[in-house]
Amino acid sequence: MFEIILDVVIGGLLMGGIYALIAVGLSLQYGVGRVLNVSHGEFIMLGAFATFSLYTVFGISPLVSLAICGPILFIIGFLIHRTLFQYLRGTSESIGAFADSSLLASFGLLFIIQNVALIVWKADIRGYSYLDSSVSIFGALFSANRLVALLFAVVISLGFYSFLTRTRLGKAIRAAAEDPETAQVMGVNIHRVLAICFGLGALMAGFAGVLISMMYEMQPTMGLEYTIIAIIVVVLGGLGSITGSLIGGFILGLIGSIVTYFDAGLSLIAYYVIFILLLLVKPTGIFGR
Amino acid sequence: MDRVKVITNRFFLQGLLFVVLLLLATMPLYVRPYLIILLTTIIMYVVITVSWAIFSGPTRYISLASAAFFGVGVYVSAMLGQALPLPVVIAVGGLVSLILALFIGLLTLRLKGMYFIIFTFGVSELIRHFLLWWETNFTGTVGRWVVAVDHTIVYYVMVVIFMMALLTGYLIKRSKYGLALRSIGEYEEAAAHIGINVTILKAMTFAVSAFFMGAAGAIMATRWTYIDPSIAFNPLFSFMPVLMAIFGGIGQLYGPILGAAIFALLEEILITEFPYYYMLLFGIILVAVILFLPNGLVGLIQKWRRGGLEG
Repeated sequence: MFEIILDVVIGGLLMGGIYALIAVGLSLQYGVGRVLNVSHGEFIMLGAFATFSLYTVFGISPLVSLAICGPILFIIGFLIHRTLFQYLRGTSESIGAFADSSLLASFGLLFIIQNVALIVWKADIRGYSYLDSSVSIFGALFSANRLVALLFAVVISLGFYSFLTRTRLGKAIRAAAEDPETAQVMGVNIHRVLAICFGLGALMAGFAGVLISMMYEMQPTMGLEYTIIAIIVVVLGGLGSITGSLIGGFILGLIGSIVTYFDAGLSLIAYYVIFILLLLVKPTGIFGR
Repeated sequence: MDRVKVITNRFFLQGLLFVVLLLLATMPLYVRPYLIILLTTIIMYVVITVSWAIFSGPTRYISLASAAFFGVGVYVSAMLGQALPLPVVIAVGGLVSLILALFIGLLTLRLKGMYFIIFTFGVSELIRHFLLWWETNFTGTVGRWVVAVDHTIVYYVMVVIFMMALLTGYLIKRSKYGLALRSIGEYEEAAAHIGINVTILKAMTFAVSAFFMGAAGAIMATRWTYIDPSIAFNPLFSFMPVLMAIFGGIGQLYGPILGAAIFALLEEILITEFPYYYMLLFGIILVAVILFLPNGLVGLIQKWRRGGLEG
């Protein structure tokens, strides 16, 4: 019994770490930039496939890939915001209209990125084995790669949190999240900060993708499921709250792990039910203002 | 001068509509069966898009639940197709969708903007996944067979649903309810303050728009003959009407018709010409439309006509 509980709890934390990472990226893009980026999962997929290619073709360790994929995805995200979303923001009548049109534009991005990936990597399910020996924690067995992934997810989340709270740029981002116009008056280069936020969102997605690729099989169409999980976590934690997203990720991971223990087919259904009930009862989330 | 223009305009539009309907009605007499099948698909998209626009056009609530309403119709057809005559099946498909929409509409009274969008998407995905789980665990098979119906009959039924949706959209638009819906889109609090029962009106309109989607799903299932939750509740059925309506222009009723017809035709051409790049091209068009045609084709036409008359 104790082993089962441990298995479910640690399994939940492992999943939760990844969920938190994904959700923080989305939270940054929506909370600050008002872009509900439904192509978020595609950046996860790009990170996963890039890691797969780097590992199988060049033999580069997935942990080294973190340092390669992250920055590249940051640049891609930064450029997408500078061109596409900045233009949309400029031509939209109101911030609400921008939120709608950027949502639709990101659906376009979803199709573009997913189909470029389908052309490059084909529709096959891929995977590789890395650190797949099992480790025993008080009798419950876990593969080493999942524990390494959790470790990195926690380190990245904490690092990111201290970046937001301790640095000047982090302060500018938080100011822009509170009130973009006032932040601009105070000397924040708003377009640059918003593009950086979008880039950082893509960076977090890329990191998550690298870690996911170590544990699970992947295919070019995997993105949307992660996007949906990210949206659920972001709503759970409260739209725009970074701390909420981090904690929400772990909560959803634990719930998913408990449901999976009873019936694996029900986990996604449970997520949707939680999501819908949450929107009906408390749409601002557990940490929302 | 202006009045004359308006009147000639109205006669022109009515005449055009009459010609189009006549063409649609006589089409099976002189074209190949392939074209009838293609036209059925195009009209199906037009029906979904027009029904989407009946609610989302004036209120500016973007619904991503079209796939749910369409899919419910598809499943009603699969379950009742053998037991009941076709018109009853279609009516029941529409009614079940209507009830579902009424239920969703009344649940989501407090949700606005982004919350409404993701809620409607969540509901339709929940139904898809639940059905998938239910079918694998309890029915034992994922897919179902639907009784096939002659292509020409499917086509005529779709044309009738289209005309009903168009008429309903037109009647709502020119009634006091249309005005009320528009005022909800402009400023919901003000609309509530001048005595509009915002909640009931939104839920009712949402339900009426879902009826036609369900009916379209019910008849479409008979053409597909095999269906499963991923076909019936394909999320693309939620995204396509939004895109098609925006491409056409949401302000006027003919915008969504134009957008859906052109887009569905484009889809068919892209699929046959570039099967591997079809979705990629689709994404590029989507981004381009949002960037450069924010008011759609109707906006473009209006701009061109204004420019043409003034200059």
